[in-house]
Amino acid sequence: MNAAGFPLLSLLTFLPLAGAVFILTLKGEDKVVADNARWAALWTSLIVFALSLILWFRFDKTDPGFQFVERLDWLTDFGITYHMGVDGISVLFVLLSTLLTPICVLASWDAIQTRVREYMVAFLVLETMMVGMFAALDFIVFYVFFEGVLIPMFLIIGVWGGKRRVYASFKFFLYTLLGSVLMLLAILLLWYRAGTTDIPALFQHAIPPAVQTWIFLAFFASFAVKVPMWPFHTWLPDAHVEAPTAGSVILAGVLLKMGAYGFLRFSLPLLPHASADFAPAIYVLSIVAVVYTSLVALAQEDMKKLIAYSSVAHMGIVTLGIFTFNVQGLSGALFTMLSHGVVSGALFLCVGVLYDRVHSREIARYGGVAKIMPSYALVFMLFTMASVALPGLAGFPGELLVIVAAWKGNPTVAFGAALGMILGAAYMLYLYKRVAFGRITKDDLRGLLDMSPREHLVFAPLILLAIWMGVSPQTFLSFFEASVTALVVRHEAALGAARLAGM
Amino acid sequence: MNWTLALPELVLALSGLAILGIGVLPKRNTHFACAMAAVGAFLLAAALAIGAPEGSAFGGQIVSDAFTRFAKVLILIGAAAGVVLSLDYNAREGLDRFEYPVLLVFATLGMMVMVSANDLMALYVGLELLSLSLYVVAAFNRDDERSAEAGLKYFVLGALASGLLLYGSSLTYGFTGTTNFDRIADALSDPSKASAGLVVGMVFVIVGLAFKVSAVPFHMWTPDVYEGAPTPVTAFFAAAPKVAAIGLFARVLGGPFGDLAGQWQQVIVLISLLSMVLGAFAAIGQSNIKRLMAYSSIGHVGYALVGLAAASEAGMRGLLVYMAIYLLMNLGAFAVLVAMRRQGRAVERVEDLAGLARTDLSMAVWMAIFMFSMAGIPPLAGFFGKMFVFKAAIDAGLWTLAIVGVLSSVVSAFYYLRIVKVMFFDETAGALDPRPASVSFVMTASGVFTTLFFLYPAPLVAAAQAAVAALLG
Repeated sequence: MNAAGFPLLSLLTFLPLAGAVFILTLKGEDKVVADNARWAALWTSLIVFALSLILWFRFDKTDPGFQFVERLDWLTDFGITYHMGVDGISVLFVLLSTLLTPICVLASWDAIQTRVREYMVAFLVLETMMVGMFAALDFIVFYVFFEGVLIPMFLIIGVWGGKRRVYASFKFFLYTLLGSVLMLLAILLLWYRAGTTDIPALFQHAIPPAVQTWIFLAFFASFAVKVPMWPFHTWLPDAHVEAPTAGSVILAGVLLKMGAYGFLRFSLPLLPHASADFAPAIYVLSIVAVVYTSLVALAQEDMKKLIAYSSVAHMGIVTLGIFTFNVQGLSGALFTMLSHGVVSGALFLCVGVLYDRVHSREIARYGGVAKIMPSYALVFMLFTMASVALPGLAGFPGELLVIVAAWKGNPTVAFGAALGMILGAAYMLYLYKRVAFGRITKDDLRGLLDMSPREHLVFAPLILLAIWMGVSPQTFLSFFEASVTALVVRHEAALGAARLAGM
Repeated sequence: MNWTLALPELVLALSGLAILGIGVLPKRNTHFACAMAAVGAFLLAAALAIGAPEGSAFGGQIVSDAFTRFAKVLILIGAAAGVVLSLDYNAREGLDRFEYPVLLVFATLGMMVMVSANDLMALYVGLELLSLSLYVVAAFNRDDERSAEAGLKYFVLGALASGLLLYGSSLTYGFTGTTNFDRIADALSDPSKASAGLVVGMVFVIVGLAFKVSAVPFHMWTPDVYEGAPTPVTAFFAAAPKVAAIGLFARVLGGPFGDLAGQWQQVIVLISLLSMVLGAFAAIGQSNIKRLMAYSSIGHVGYALVGLAAASEAGMRGLLVYMAIYLLMNLGAFAVLVAMRRQGRAVERVEDLAGLARTDLSMAVWMAIFMFSMAGIPPLAGFFGKMFVFKAAIDAGLWTLAIVGVLSSVVSAFYYLRIVKVMFFDETAGALDPRPASVSFVMTASGVFTTLFFLYPAPLVAAAQAAVAALLG
């Protein structure tokens, strides 16, 4: 049953937690503890990443079902079991989480100097929550991890964040919690109706369309905030701007994917009718998100805020793709989620490199960086291009697939998405021009050092992925092909059955 | 006549008298010895309660079943922790008098009689024994104005509540001709016999109990008493008596008045709604942390009553699970409050915790865990309590209650987060005094439970299930 022969997913989930407990037991002088905490966190996350590569090699791409399944008694009398497993939709997100965590630890190596031990503990706990969430096959287990993310992230933003960190962390926490508790009620309703919260079992449970609408709205409250979709996105710029660099990377790289993952995992398969009914509304919100936030991004003075708004725009493409309900759209959405995870994470790291040196995120503070830091400028350009979906880089295949899929259904929608791509090119290139090119007007910039070996090491895997995903998208698409096809077939069958019944 | 059923109560009563003797006779201060003896008595009583046979005794006055076992164990844990928390605090505040543990033993005896009562008379006797002891301990710091005020206020309002309860009981007796719970249930098995007078009597009983659990709109005494009483007393108030009173609520409404569920359900729904909303909003503006915890406990009673409002087996189970989790995490949070002293003086403003993460990280981490747990954030224990009661509410179709409940839990998350913010984000306001081992013990034990409950929740839920099965027959 379990391809790895041992409980791989549980190990991936709880090993970081064990590392966190170990770090908490460290004692000694502050400086020694800080160093040990850094190394312990790095090794833990690297070991977790190495283990997670088993998923990459042993995952059976032809099987649309759940693999590496584990099941333990938990609250079995009430229909809740500890059930873990991954399918084509979730497997790469587990890998994305395990990849980004060591990168974040490495990126915070020098940037975080206060309370290093607590910082590393928070990141490892965060990794546990992220991996557990993507691997959970029980709705309550999923919810536990989904909500559990809030605690470490709240602390990361609030303790190590910028000037308005308190405001940003509270907004992040309460906004997300408000959406999630409504989802909890929907989960409880599903539990009541089906007598179980096991996700594969719930897939077999037909829900009357009238009930679907309510459940969909409750799920929407949670996932739309998490994605975030316009107009529920206002927490994101604040959280991104105030979070420390690595916090922004995780936020953009993984946490934003949780909402879209929720739509794919729950809304579509469980609520086919409501999803179809609400699709036009989602299109509208997505298009508004793409166009409006792109325009907002154009006007930003703060680098992190600009990238935060660009995230909202990219996630608009993702939600658009999900609600086209065809194979291209879903594959494109998943691909965009992955590429956005890599690219926007890398962009935040790029901002972090400058911020560590100058302690300013203001675009006007820079100019002519390309002359001073050539290799940095090259890396930054690569990710800028990937973000504007230049063919051959990570951003392109996903967005293309989504636009093609949208075109099939509704050319106007496709036009909106394409408009977003053009605007995306505008604000990203404008950002790059202002930061990297032009005359050097600020004299103190002349003394900046180019990237250190550690920073090269941080970017290396991301550069590799950004190019790999662009040149050979099929490597990644092949992971979710079978699962996505099965999802689409089931969705159409559910709608078809209802149509027949209605005749 | 099977007096062995009452063995835990008898042991506790005799221990109370013996400890009183130990306290009075020697000339030196025997506070510590008495306190230790009280803890020992609680543990012994708990062991006896776990092993107690089932049945009813003293002419049906008291019963012993899975429900009483569940409630008694919780009460005794709460009481023992209450004594342990008071050890250091009382010594430092000059309150180390042997009467304190003795009073707590008698209060606990009252609670145990309450939960095992199967008759309105036994119920009242237990409740009064509890209340009288609590009035005294609330004013235990008698030279302190606020403490004296707390005691007096609690006495006046508590006496009013007892009067209402007694009036309700007498109406019930008048209309059914019996005070025995089983007979009342028999009399009401045909709901057409439920006359208006009886319903009025039942509502009075509910009001009396609502006073004791401090549910809105009968909560007015809570913030003042919580603030004025010495902190370990507040810790005790918020733990064991709350569980006992909620347990009594479940017993009375589920047992004798079980067939009138249609009548009492709407009352419970209303007080539950009001408690949740008031507990969420009123705590926001508080700067005194004891007052804040008072409103927080009002809110928690509201959540627990959601389970009761569902008037179903699942609801009762949720109620018991909620109270067990509430008791254990609350003890930890109050342990932190008891440990809040700076330069030898007890401090109780929220700001006094500022920067605790820098000066005492482990206490700050535990407190943050308690706060997140009270806000209902998974994977901490508090989440599971909320999950079970809301599940019951949804099963019963009480959507208003469920939606208002989760929304007010978001509001209340704000002030729990504020405490975390003060501890972790703010600059330090100076280190707190080193905390005593007794407080650390309670805090750590409670923290470990709160954090790791999610690993193995089944035993507690199963015990609650067995208790409910006994309660509803």
